[in-house]
Amino acid sequence: MFKLGALTTTLLGISLIAFFAIRFVPGDPVVLMIGERGADPQQYREAVARLGLDKPMAWQYVSFLGRAVRGDLGTSISSGRDVSTELLARWPATLELGVAALLLAVLVGVPIGVVAAIYRDTLLDRVLTACSLAGYSTPNFWLGLLLILLFSVALNLLPVSGRLDTAFDVWNVTGFMLIDTLLPAARAQYGLFAFYSALHHLVLPTVTMATIPIAVFARMTRASMVEVLSEDYILAARARGLSPVRIIGLHALRNALLPIIVVIGLHFLNVAIAGAIMTETIFGWPGIGSYIVSSVYARDYPVIQGSILVIGVVVILTNGAVDVLSRLANPRMR
Amino acid sequence: MSDLIQVLKERDVNNMTIVRILLAFLCIAFTVSCNRPAQTANTLVYCSEGSPESLNPQQVLSGTGRNATATTIYDRLVDFKPGTTSLVPALAESWTVSDDRTTYDFTLRRGVKFHKTEFFEPQREFNADDVVFSIERQRDENHPFHRVGGGSYQYFQGMGMDKLIVSVMRIDDHRVRIVLLRPDATFLANMAMPFMSILSAEYGAKLLAAGTPEKIDTQPIGTGPYAFKSYLKDSTIRFVANAAYWNGKPNIENLVFAITPDASVRLQKLKKGECQIAVSPAPADLTAIRGDKQLVLDEEDGLNIGYVAMNVEKPPFDNVLVRRAVAHALNKQAYIDAIYLGNARPAINPYPSTIWSYTDQVRVYQHDLEKARALLAEAGYAQGFTTTLWTLPVTRPYNPNGRKMGEMMQADLAKVGIKVELVTYDWATYLAKVKLGEHQMVQLGWSGDNGDPDNFLYTLLSCDSVTRGSNNSRYCNADFNRIISEARTANDIEVRTRLYQQALVLLSEDEPIIPIAHSKVFRALSNRVKGYTMNAFDLDYFASLTLESS
Repeated sequence: MFKLGALTTTLLGISLIAFFAIRFVPGDPVVLMIGERGADPQQYREAVARLGLDKPMAWQYVSFLGRAVRGDLGTSISSGRDVSTELLARWPATLELGVAALLLAVLVGVPIGVVAAIYRDTLLDRVLTACSLAGYSTPNFWLGLLLILLFSVALNLLPVSGRLDTAFDVWNVTGFMLIDTLLPAARAQYGLFAFYSALHHLVLPTVTMATIPIAVFARMTRASMVEVLSEDYILAARARGLSPVRIIGLHALRNALLPIIVVIGLHFLNVAIAGAIMTETIFGWPGIGSYIVSSVYARDYPVIQGSILVIGVVVILTNGAVDVLSRLANPRMR
Repeated sequence: MSDLIQVLKERDVNNMTIVRILLAFLCIAFTVSCNRPAQTANTLVYCSEGSPESLNPQQVLSGTGRNATATTIYDRLVDFKPGTTSLVPALAESWTVSDDRTTYDFTLRRGVKFHKTEFFEPQREFNADDVVFSIERQRDENHPFHRVGGGSYQYFQGMGMDKLIVSVMRIDDHRVRIVLLRPDATFLANMAMPFMSILSAEYGAKLLAAGTPEKIDTQPIGTGPYAFKSYLKDSTIRFVANAAYWNGKPNIENLVFAITPDASVRLQKLKKGECQIAVSPAPADLTAIRGDKQLVLDEEDGLNIGYVAMNVEKPPFDNVLVRRAVAHALNKQAYIDAIYLGNARPAINPYPSTIWSYTDQVRVYQHDLEKARALLAEAGYAQGFTTTLWTLPVTRPYNPNGRKMGEMMQADLAKVGIKVELVTYDWATYLAKVKLGEHQMVQLGWSGDNGDPDNFLYTLLSCDSVTRGSNNSRYCNADFNRIISEARTANDIEVRTRLYQQALVLLSEDEPIIPIAHSKVFRALSNRVKGYTMNAFDLDYFASLTLESS
């Protein structure tokens, strides 16, 4: 019950920020649409009234909240389309990229951390730590462009941007390109070539988005492993003459991974959303991130507040899920 | 979701498929180019800079929006001749104008077919009803389609068509009469602009009956060279050639817009052959494009002006001597070299020499510090003065870097004793404050809509435009205003030319704005694309293009 109350308060806070933050930034969407052209005062007032921006701000907020509760996020100012529908259509692209980046980050980051912990304070450890620091400090947009220049242009190995080669006209069913290209219709027309193309297009944005989480996971794994490896039961296991593979794989890693699962869960949203904002813009990836960027430029209030609210809800739900998962995994937290 | 599971269940997931999927991953790791089927030679990919706001040309403002609708899916009664600002017949074969020049009778082309697509099969050819439908949707607030898609018709209102057009009437199937409130020489040029595209009334009626009127803007039907096929949000728009196009079937069968917001990514895609035309390359990349044998850089003098406006309502700029002194102090050529990287021409008038009625017989302000100091002394500011200059916060073709230009202007003006403080705001704030006249000096600019001198002079310098918020010097000279109003209603182009030349001379004496530069506009193309004509309005026409095999 207490949790439910806290949840509602948090959501209310998010909706307040989502609504007012963009409105405190000067300039309104009508002025932007008119641009250098100018408009006579009457036309301007009509346009403002059409968008409902002439009403008092408190009234606008309450009506936004009332509609949001019923799942209606309003209509986009620049496209005139329903915001909920537009957001729903963009989630699959963001999720596909986010999941791919998360997988890569776990598959690379955790082993690096384990190795660094085992070879603690050796040259190898220092090199790995330096690499993860570099990975953590590299800005996404810079890395993305660099990867394009190297792998797409200079080496001609991978496509520059987009989700699929324009030669393939694959029907959008689930929004997940890796699934859509495997559906019977696409298979009948293109065989597996469309799927290969979708995979290809996923490589560079995934790598771009994964660098920061790789570094985070590596460091967390290393810290956690170092701690576990100094525990008495590891010493006992060694004393019993168990093989090092068994000690690290079975006893150490299992215990060390508990805190990491929490980090991975929480980080997934960082990866999928914060990373998406820059990465999607660079790679022309039609997800939530690029949607928000273009809406901020256009001062498209309903889209901005709708996206932030939805992301807020997703973050809260994920936090809750991670909470439950870690309780299940670690009885001591119950 | 359950559909998907069903599909997955029905799919023949055998071991071979799994092996092949695994192979796909290996492909990525190793050979990597094992996947690309030959792009059909008959597909042109166009790297656009953004997504269209709508697929209805009446409701779009952006370049992508116009090219994804007006020059592909739609036609207008009249059109601009490619590469020029002169008008040619399109869906109207001819037209007559009444003696009082307020009544236009258009005779429509016969045998023009609307697109036949998966979602619509036209039962009749283009006729007068379509013209009435398309104009009335924007003009008449009670039209069943007026409110569809937000009810915002920025261009129709912005160009004053809502007030100018009194009625649109069908005379018979192939004749339409448009009656104007007063004679207006710019009317025909406005009719060629994207927002005056012709939609299908038959399709509209069908959608209305089906209860889905909004589809008129998302599944568009037109008469243009390309028919709409599909749009994947923020990703690709697909078109197919209209085999029944009245002006001949386009050479290229498939047209694809690949939406690519980042200018440097567009260039990389072009280099790699992922697209064949890239819009608006970054100024810093132009030299590299010129040096690349696979690429062609097309350029055209833009219909634009970058200028500095001085607020004539505030001292010291209410004094014409001060304005002239500032004009003499600024070194335009230096800005063109440093800011536009040479890709612009110095300006002496508010519009470029490609527009008729241009004249160089105006008062020209050479860069001359002595003269500037003398004028300041004469005005009573021998010791100079302190003022502010607002620098453009966004990149525009007419001014790629407002801040840097501001710094150069600051240095130039310091030499004659004018101390300038540079100020800037975010774009939306900047526009709002300029509209209220809070500035002293401000950088702004304009890109022309229809190639008519009125489109520059009325918008930027008329008394009306002070309240409209586009006359940023707030200059209101009764003589100048009378001349341009007369020129707008005059019919004879020689009369209009003479009037505009008078206006330009008068303006150069008063110098409320200092014209800085007319910049060029660019397209980067693959050398496989033939038959491309640049267009000063930033429109791309695809119907006449051919693609050589690589």
